[in-house]
Amino acid sequence: MQRRALLSLSAAAPLLATGCALAPSSSTTPTASPTPAAAAPGALQGTGDLGVVIERARGALTLVNTSRREAIDRIEGLGDLSHASVVFSRDERFAYVFGRDGGLTRVDLLERRIAGRVMQAGNSIGGAISADGTLVVAQNYQPGGIKIFDAHTLELLADVPALNSSGERSRVVGLADLPQRRFIYSLFDAEAICIADCSDPRQPRITTLNGIGRQPYDALLSPSGRHYIAGLFGEDGLAMVDLWEDAPRARRILAGYGRGQQPLPVYKMPHLRGWAVAGRHAYLPAIGRHEVLVVDTHSWQEVGRIPVAGQPVFVMARPDGRQVWVNFSVPDYHRVQVIDTPSQQVVQTIEPGRAVLHMEFTPRGEAVWISCRDDNRVQVYDTHTRQRQASLAVDAPSGIFFTARAQRMGF
Amino acid sequence: MVRTALLSLACALLATAAGAQTAPEPTPERAAQLVRMVRQDCGSCHGMRLTGGLGPALTREALAAKPPEYLAAVITHGIPGTPMPPWSALLQGSEALWIARQLAGGFPNETNRSPAP
Repeated sequence: MQRRALLSLSAAAPLLATGCALAPSSSTTPTASPTPAAAAPGALQGTGDLGVVIERARGALTLVNTSRREAIDRIEGLGDLSHASVVFSRDERFAYVFGRDGGLTRVDLLERRIAGRVMQAGNSIGGAISADGTLVVAQNYQPGGIKIFDAHTLELLADVPALNSSGERSRVVGLADLPQRRFIYSLFDAEAICIADCSDPRQPRITTLNGIGRQPYDALLSPSGRHYIAGLFGEDGLAMVDLWEDAPRARRILAGYGRGQQPLPVYKMPHLRGWAVAGRHAYLPAIGRHEVLVVDTHSWQEVGRIPVAGQPVFVMARPDGRQVWVNFSVPDYHRVQVIDTPSQQVVQTIEPGRAVLHMEFTPRGEAVWISCRDDNRVQVYDTHTRQRQASLAVDAPSGIFFTARAQRMGF
Repeated sequence: MVRTALLSLACALLATAAGAQTAPEPTPERAAQLVRMVRQDCGSCHGMRLTGGLGPALTREALAAKPPEYLAAVITHGIPGTPMPPWSALLQGSEALWIARQLAGGFPNETNRSPAP
């Protein structure tokens, strides 16, 4: 292994020298002094082992390399990044960052600089990119609705208000991309799911499914792109749409899962976006309960509940589906639990640090990166041995996003 | 109805707030924790800069018409039917009132946030 590293180093050296000579000037400051093989901006390299970590308080991204488990640069000037999220271009070179303040920023991961930025709303929490990579869509709280942009130029192509039955704008949650330049999203302030067909992106056609249930707060798209599931804050249950039906409709699943029980205070809305579908089961956070709900995706019946250490926020399946990792809201957010899916048991509780906000698996799932906001660390664990492999200094880290998301629907 | 309940809660709190007027200020360490909690954890819904999100904006301008005692009651008891939870399990009443007063005056920024290298 040592030999291979040396060989690739020596092979890279001439390229590196050329690359440096041609490298565009970078306005960013390295977070660590990279070793020669860590490729200076402009040097020939791929992007498959790159990712970004949101530094929410600083308004910056830390660029990381997941093979080397290193922070390699920082890109600043992205505004208010509380609840920021990221999608990637198909070629995995550009990250699109959606900021709370409505900023949409296109970041070039190879040149390590901002390649475009627009202020597109007053208050925003996320977005999606079309399968063909040409459209980026932002989901907004203020003003409510979605906006459709050209992915290369960030030119606004359409502004689609999301309206409730009184004609008032609704906040949009749970936006996901669908095949054929379509997007799906839920309206927090209306009991509705919308599907936007953007085949003509300047004139999107919207199909609205009404009566889905109260206060959808987030949603997920199954890995196949077939099922869209929105969590409901206003009642025990979830809304599910089978997108392979000729005329998709919303139906209720897990209705009244907590019947007769007093829900606990919900200190943080769970997120459904994750690899929450493992094999034939979906693993979902229960609202107001210290439980992960298990649903059979063939029958859509509840088949189990797994007691966990707090209110689940992210319930994420390792890409192979063998494990599901769970983190929690305050006051239990120093813990992460690992569920073994064949036995549906919590097999380990680890304490990576204070205020665990997010987790991200490497593409094949051999490692998981965990942000510990109050320790200013990102911890990297081997998912098989659950031993810590690395610890990176990152300023108040929150979301972690690896470029492999570019190849997944719903991410 | 929710509003009436909150108002009576606020009144009840006002009654006890007479005592809270003289309640000790949080220690500097606890105050820093509370500031961090509001910015970072309440920030999940209200935004780290308190400009709103799933929850409303908590800027001084947005809260101008709301007495601190009312805000403290909301923090302590939550607002049923909305995502605002009761924080009474994690905060003392005097701490909720301290937070409410800070919000009404324009909430402080975090100090002492250890910067990463």
